[in-house]
Amino acid sequence: MTTAREEGLVTCRTCARVWPGMAEACGRCGARLSSRDALSLQRVWAWWIAGVACYIPANLYPMLVTETLTSRSESTIIGGAIDIAKHGDLGIALIVLIASVFIPVVKFIAIAYLGLSVKLRSQQTPVGRMHLFEVIEFIGRWSMIDVFVVAILSALVQLSVVASIQPGPAALAFALSVIFTMFSAKSFDPRLIWDYLPTRAGSRAP
Amino acid sequence: MTVTSDVPRADLIGCPNCDLLHRAKPIAEGERAVCQRCHTVLIAPRAAAYSRALALSVANLILVTAAVFHPFLEIHAAGIVNRVSLLDVATSFGTGALVVVTVTSVAMILLVPLLRALLLAYALTPLALQHRAYTGARWAFRVAQELKPWAMTEIFVIGCAVALVKVAGLARLNFGPAFWMFIALSAFVILVDRSLCTWSIWSALDEAEKKPRRQPARRVRQ
Repeated sequence: MTTAREEGLVTCRTCARVWPGMAEACGRCGARLSSRDALSLQRVWAWWIAGVACYIPANLYPMLVTETLTSRSESTIIGGAIDIAKHGDLGIALIVLIASVFIPVVKFIAIAYLGLSVKLRSQQTPVGRMHLFEVIEFIGRWSMIDVFVVAILSALVQLSVVASIQPGPAALAFALSVIFTMFSAKSFDPRLIWDYLPTRAGSRAP
Repeated sequence: MTVTSDVPRADLIGCPNCDLLHRAKPIAEGERAVCQRCHTVLIAPRAAAYSRALALSVANLILVTAAVFHPFLEIHAAGIVNRVSLLDVATSFGTGALVVVTVTSVAMILLVPLLRALLLAYALTPLALQHRAYTGARWAFRVAQELKPWAMTEIFVIGCAVALVKVAGLARLNFGPAFWMFIALSAFVILVDRSLCTWSIWSALDEAEKKPRRQPARRVRQ
């Protein structure tokens, strides 16, 4: 078991071709090459902090402002989900809660865990952490559901004085939070998980 | 899959996720080669992948374009009708800082899926027709793959479902043709991505660039 780096080579993370260690760009697909991205963790944390910072106002400010003939109501992310649940649509309320609360919070925790485990040179469960990273990359985008819901509703529900829906400031904060955390996960170089593992003679498949 | 230094570099695959070196071997369609250490899928060839992915990409191109010009949803309440297109939805965040949300929504729902379909069609057409690769095909394929997480068609469709439930008590809703186009589109997007084996396409592009140029006269034609 040897890695490209041990052989003095560098792997292109886009097309999996290997090049001599000093190559700067992949000769096949043109992607920028780096044997290990030294600034990877720094970028992960920078985007992570931006994402968490945006997530706080996203939950405090209203996401939707609904105006009808008789009333005006503002609902936050969680308040909106509770409203849906009260109408009896528990399944949909659950989708909203999972996409806008569960997934972002789990993502924040998971990225922090991955970052710390690499920083502390953890040798535990590399395969598990690798899968965690793949799951995080996959589910991150699904948080955009709520932003799209706000977009659809505020375009659709414009019924002059009868009823209208406007997006609240939380829509922007939430969209930014999702985008920043996607950047955070993208900045993470998963090869760092494997670098500190001892290359054991017995680790080759029997 | 032992790696020795006398293996030509072109025959090696580095795992993009853990950097372990492997020796590339042709494998049968439908089989998968995974990284020994971290189990990342390295090669997973599919039968007729290029023509299928090409057909689906062209279908996506047509669907996105058509969806923009057709009504998406229609709402009836108290005698008032409001009919919106996808563009209205994507541009609904009117003023001020919320314009940022408008721009990203338009990009994620319409522009990025459209661009990806275009780039994939450009890169895959010569492979499906067994022609020489077009200039810039590699660039097109790389950008298409990098844009993948930012194309959010299927997420938008789920968003529609949630929105429908939210207004159900307020008004009556009708689906426009663009709504059904979007449902089909998200299914196609998933099918395209499932049928693309990155490694096979990069190798195919390598091969396709070696082919002699056919009908050089064509290049002169305006």
